Amino acid sequence: MNLAALAGAILFWLVAWAFNEWLVRQHFTNRTLGNAARFAVPLLFGVTILVLWEGIVRGFGIPSVLLPAPSMIWARLINSVPTLAADFRQTFLKSVLTGYALGCGLGFVVAILIDRSPFLQKGLLPLGNFVSALPVIGVAPIMVMWFGFDWQSKVAVVVIMTFFPMLVNTVSGLATASHMERDLMRTYAASWWQTLVKLRLPAAWPFIFNALKINSTLALIGAIVAEFFGTPIVGMGFRISTEVGRMNVDMVWAEIAVAAVAGSAFYGVVALIERAVTFWHPSIRSGRA
Amino acid sequence: MHKPSFLRDKLLPISTVVALLIAIWYIAAVFLNAPFERDTAARAGTEIAFSDLVGNTMAQERPVLPAPHQVVAEIWDTTVNRAITSKRSLVYHAWITLSATLLGFGIGAALGVLLAVGIVHNRAMDRSLMPWVIASQTIPILAIAPMIIVVLNAIGIAGLLPKALISTYLSFFPVVVGMVKGLRSPETIQLDLMHTYNASAAQTFWKLRWPSSMPYLFTSLKVAVAISLVGAIVGELPTGAVAGLGARLLAGSYYGQTVQIWAALFMAAALAAVLVMIVGFAHSAVLKRMGAKP
Repeated sequence: MNLAALAGAILFWLVAWAFNEWLVRQHFTNRTLGNAARFAVPLLFGVTILVLWEGIVRGFGIPSVLLPAPSMIWARLINSVPTLAADFRQTFLKSVLTGYALGCGLGFVVAILIDRSPFLQKGLLPLGNFVSALPVIGVAPIMVMWFGFDWQSKVAVVVIMTFFPMLVNTVSGLATASHMERDLMRTYAASWWQTLVKLRLPAAWPFIFNALKINSTLALIGAIVAEFFGTPIVGMGFRISTEVGRMNVDMVWAEIAVAAVAGSAFYGVVALIERAVTFWHPSIRSGRA
Repeated sequence: MHKPSFLRDKLLPISTVVALLIAIWYIAAVFLNAPFERDTAARAGTEIAFSDLVGNTMAQERPVLPAPHQVVAEIWDTTVNRAITSKRSLVYHAWITLSATLLGFGIGAALGVLLAVGIVHNRAMDRSLMPWVIASQTIPILAIAPMIIVVLNAIGIAGLLPKALISTYLSFFPVVVGMVKGLRSPETIQLDLMHTYNASAAQTFWKLRWPSSMPYLFTSLKVAVAISLVGAIVGELPTGAVAGLGARLLAGSYYGQTVQIWAALFMAAALAAVLVMIVGFAHSAVLKRMGAKP
């Protein structure tokens, strides 16, 4: 047992906690300073968790097979960049991005197509809501059987997972424009197409981006889990399942770190685009003030 | 405006779409299973008539896509015709998955509510925890699930709890987000009224914040229960296909038992639907008890 490491980590935790408590009670007159403080609080919290983790692993001498220390994971990550890059290319660039684009695009197109038929909408919407609640991930073994071991089967899983959230959100988004606004378009003698492009699609953007954000995490999960059911010898899900079998837990954590960063970055990019496209929405306007 | 009618607005459109899907499924089954039949016929040196082809594609042992009635027959066979305690009974496997789901859902919901209360009442927690709660969900936990199971197994925790923990991790997030929104939903006027009554923080919480958060709580519970079922299923994958719906899926994919995979899939779907419906009933019961108008 290494008491010094443990005590140091706990001390750091208490100091960071006190500092955070102090920080959120401050009122900064300087705007940049205020923004920096807003960033610093969660950042400090994250660093504290890492320090506590390191301290506990060293303090109690936890074997690295169970839980490797963050420093060890970092060392592993630096050492195996080529492997991680190959996995990232296979899983993220090929499976996730292709499937995400196809699934979201398909959901969007189908939503527009059934827009003119209330009958189909009434039939498809409850089903779409139902399917969104289902464990869709279960189709992974079937897709692997149909489309083979390579990335095509993962694309199929991702398409199925992302299709329904997109469909449901787009349809309800297209319904948000109010009667007043639609009547105004009618008085302008706008065609269905013009109304769609100039009024209803812009009103639907917040809903569509909601689906895009949900799907960004779903897509990554779908692709990785689908790899558990069969894959060529590359890919994040493959690496995780084989390295667990070989007890190389630090490599698994390195892969998880890559997945987490990729997932967060993907989500962040979608959120940034949302800010640019729906700058008029109240939730974003208030965010700037 | 028409008066809403159950038959015209619900039953008819939904059943039409479902019937359409089943029809597409049958056609797809014929097309996907036909090559195998043609191969068999060619090997036997015979031509196969179209009517025979269609008939055979519906009754293969290991079809590429089983026809709907085959799946229904398999579900019927493995639920009704077998003893519930038997390892070949789908009810047995569904129960194992369900128990992990419910345990994880319970812990997750409790944890989510506690975190939300903390976040609403403590500014430092709000600032430091909330971004990480969101970031925690971009980590594909389902991908880590196998490792968590293996590691917990190594330190002697096996069985229900590891699977339940994965469900917990997935289900606490919607509850936190929904409850934070719900606990903050009372308007300033109402909070001011509590202030003029000289209500303590606890009184404000129990008499104003908690009741007004109920609709938000149940909406997120619906999402949470569905997602914790997914967690339990994925948690069963790496345990070496012992028991549970996830194990059924994995075993089916190892041995090419497509009918078994589809049966497990439909069982999981039915389970999810029932769970979401139960939460929905609880929702309307609580709202009615609180005097909300339907």
